[in-house]
Amino acid sequence: MPRIVFLYDIVRLDERMLIDRLRERSEVELLHIPSAILPLSNEPMVAGDIALQRCTSYYNAISSTIAVESWGLRVINNSFALAISEDKAWSLALMSKQGIPVPKTLLAYSIEGAVEAARKLGFPVVLKPVMGSWGRLASLAVDEETVRSIAEHREYLGGVYRIHYIQEYVRKPGRDIRAMCIGDSVPVAIYRESSHWITNTARGGRAVPARVNAELEDVVLRACKAVGVEIGGVDVVEDPERGYLVLEVNAVPEYKNIARVTGVDVANLIVDYVVSEAKR
Amino acid sequence: MPTLKCPICGGVVAVPDDAMPGELVEHECGVTLEVSRNPNGELVLKPFEGVQEDWGE
Repeated sequence: MPRIVFLYDIVRLDERMLIDRLRERSEVELLHIPSAILPLSNEPMVAGDIALQRCTSYYNAISSTIAVESWGLRVINNSFALAISEDKAWSLALMSKQGIPVPKTLLAYSIEGAVEAARKLGFPVVLKPVMGSWGRLASLAVDEETVRSIAEHREYLGGVYRIHYIQEYVRKPGRDIRAMCIGDSVPVAIYRESSHWITNTARGGRAVPARVNAELEDVVLRACKAVGVEIGGVDVVEDPERGYLVLEVNAVPEYKNIARVTGVDVANLIVDYVVSEAKR
Repeated sequence: MPTLKCPICGGVVAVPDDAMPGELVEHECGVTLEVSRNPNGELVLKPFEGVQEDWGE
């Protein structure tokens, strides 16, 4: 039986399902990161064939992955993939470079720069923090005054929030897509439907099963490859003229809503992949 | 099923037999609790403080 090191901070339903499935197929070493002391060293603290990263907190995830990788243990997803996918600008740039269709996006570093960037894109625009998820602090600006107001608030927040990530508003059909990538496959996807422009299920979007056609599969796999992610949740919007556009890749994806509405045992598919990688 | 004490209301909270640190438990007093270990290695409950930064669905 392979030995899997499971890195986590809180146990949501997503983690509980994974732990239960892993225990059926492997020996599981649970590593609760908030209470752990991790050496940065080439001497492993625990033995294992592979590690699965499931920390909800990005900083817990990236630091613990770096530590575990220093022991010589492979982590899914690895530290580079985690760092890239957490940064919307970095991941979008890499995807764009690989020819993956993405929304037009500009970075600005001042309030007036943000206003000018929005003018270039044309209103409305979406302003997002370069880091974070669940649609938190994503703002829709319909005119210059709104952009200025949002940018002023971001400037006051300081730090990474002073980087203004400004994106064209894609006129999606009241829904977007969350597709799961596991290794070289895209086994399942959902539409997140909402009358609100933010469609995240964490923000009230309704999950409905979506068919994974060849084009969606291709764009999702290429997106994950571009950012180095092996297990990922990819957010995709449908533009009426350009087709699929990739918004971002989540490297520690929640999947409980996908599993619930599609009936697909996503945890088992993830465990299949992790166990097969552990045996390689 | 083992029981622990709610740190908010003092009530009894039943947790799964295989409860582990980091596990979240909803309590009838309206608070989400997180399973933790005290310095003696015993399971205890603390109020869940939420996640500061994250990957969502």
